[in-house]
Amino acid sequence: MTQKINTYRAGPDEQGHFGIFGGRFVAETLMPLILEVEKAWDAAQADPSFDEELQYYFKHYVGRPSPLYFAKRLTEHFGGAKIYFKRDELNHTGAHKINNCMGQILLARRMGKTRIIAETGAGQHGVATATVCALFNLPCTIYMGSKDIERQAPNVFRMKLLGAEVKSVTSGSNSLKDAMNEALRDWVANVEDTFYIIGTAAGPHPYPAMVRDFQSVIGRETREQMMEAEGRLPDSLVACIGGGSNAIGLFHPFLDDTDIKIIGVEAAGLGVDTDKHAASLTGGRPGVLHGNRTYLLQDDDGQILEAHSISAGLDYPGIGPEHSWLYESGRVEYVSATDKEALEAFQLCSRTEGIIPALEPSHALAYVSKIAGDLPKDHILCMNMCGRGDKDIFTVAEALGVKI
Amino acid sequence: MSATPDSGRFSRRFAALKAEGRGGLITFITAGDPNYEISKEIVLGLPAAGADVIELGMPFSDPMADGPAIQAASLRALATGMKLGKVLQMVREFRATDDDTPIVLMGYYNPIYNYGVDKFLAEARESGVDGLIIVDLPPEEDVELCLPALKAGLNFIRLATPTTDDHRLPTVLSNTSGFVYYVSVMGITGTTSATGDAVKAAVERLRRHTDLPIGVGFGIKTPENAREVATVADAAVVGSAIVDRIAGGLDGNGKPEAGLVDGVLDYVRELAAGVRGSGDKQ
Repeated sequence: MTQKINTYRAGPDEQGHFGIFGGRFVAETLMPLILEVEKAWDAAQADPSFDEELQYYFKHYVGRPSPLYFAKRLTEHFGGAKIYFKRDELNHTGAHKINNCMGQILLARRMGKTRIIAETGAGQHGVATATVCALFNLPCTIYMGSKDIERQAPNVFRMKLLGAEVKSVTSGSNSLKDAMNEALRDWVANVEDTFYIIGTAAGPHPYPAMVRDFQSVIGRETREQMMEAEGRLPDSLVACIGGGSNAIGLFHPFLDDTDIKIIGVEAAGLGVDTDKHAASLTGGRPGVLHGNRTYLLQDDDGQILEAHSISAGLDYPGIGPEHSWLYESGRVEYVSATDKEALEAFQLCSRTEGIIPALEPSHALAYVSKIAGDLPKDHILCMNMCGRGDKDIFTVAEALGVKI
Repeated sequence: MSATPDSGRFSRRFAALKAEGRGGLITFITAGDPNYEISKEIVLGLPAAGADVIELGMPFSDPMADGPAIQAASLRALATGMKLGKVLQMVREFRATDDDTPIVLMGYYNPIYNYGVDKFLAEARESGVDGLIIVDLPPEEDVELCLPALKAGLNFIRLATPTTDDHRLPTVLSNTSGFVYYVSVMGITGTTSATGDAVKAAVERLRRHTDLPIGVGFGIKTPENAREVATVADAAVVGSAIVDRIAGGLDGNGKPEAGLVDGVLDYVRELAAGVRGSGDKQ
């Protein structure tokens, strides 16, 4: 049941809660630092010079605004809704991740922190973090699951070229959640000088709100660009969800335009009815991990389960807390796409538009391909093309049985 | 204030230690490591080996604040089917043999949240648990478990750390009971240890804020470490070093070898002898 809410954009409250989700579930060693980050973030938001600096780097370094592109051939292919791509894959480093990294490193600098750590799954966040660390000359350690290091070799090399130290994580399931555990362990031991650049809109407050605010540039630009292109706002928005930062970035500025249908696409792996998927909302239930309460894949004893997705960036057993709240409030609809469907969309987009998408937004496109044909021709659908697929060609080749 | 009074085991035990004029030994093992039966045997043997308070880890798949030793212990326990309900069962079985030694359950919030807070608290109190240490529940989240636990007659033992400054200490100490657990180093369990002087200064700082007994842990590995800490604090907490002994008693395939239990308890006896040499405290 959808509850009637005046605004969907007011959260979180002062304690970092979106309804029952969010919060600050961290060890005491980290708590003073978490409070310090919150204070610094509040001060930065109140200081126009912080935003000026951020906008400078967005424009001249990241390459913002990213284009809003009318995907004419895909639109014709599906034969229904007008499909637009918000092209955040054209950002420097090839994904939306840099929006957040730029914001956080400027904050870290304001706080006088001299060392940066981060976790990474697909490697996009690691590359973006290593990039801003090179730009600002800060030492950088990236934690990455050993399984992901194997399947994302190009990004590992990129991070090293950028001067980052990449630490292989072999605990737990050797993937993103374990990399996050390891980064938290590093942080606990190095609170004095280290800033943790969390890659998605999750973690303890204020991270989910802060990352969302940095990523909301995606949705703000989309509003403006859509008005310019069509003279009106879109009818629906679609984005893929792992932790959910690209999605919340696109969605948030539109949440109170309740005529707009908003759809998040989780990774269904081999299928949500199997035990090999990463769809926390569809297949999980509320729990507490990595500093926040949110939907998690867990067993009957509350032990966290290993997620599975062909896309390393979606391979996480949780989701940002604001998505959990938007799910329960009914404002956003959450669906899923399988590995197989994402692979098909990946190939279709490459052939039809000359855009090789990352496997993450291929999930969003897979869902678009299911609904677009049945939508009227005057329906405007905007999908976040949040990353480019160069990093995925080895994974895709393997899945297609091609040797390269 | 509490709806249910606490068991009184902490106050009796720390009063007894004070009367003996020595600091106590708090031992940590993960319940179910390497399996239920052996873990139970170790727990049952701890009081006779000289443990004054028993800390029992509730295994969790993602122990963010723990080092490799305790992470591995958690995974070993989970691999043999350990569950939160079985941790409580182990406490019940222990209580049938010992009604005096305080038991603290230590772990992370998700398994408890998943079990159901009220159900867990009622069963924990009934099975003979005296207190809880939940690593990822800072005072900011007290409504989740701390306040319900106090109401249910369970102590909520808080961690204070080197980053907990004088300004924050009152927040951390509010709603804490049983004892205060001072984490002597910044970092995860089982890594480095603090110097004696740093521990002494930290304990003195804590004493200015609280009358509760103070246990100090992280990085204590030898009977000498334990003695040094137990001389300035009310108890020394040893965890990873004991867990290492359990890991050391497993063969190449992770199967427990004969003598594992004795090896662990012998080590606890050495630590206990260490704290018993802390009698010159004051």
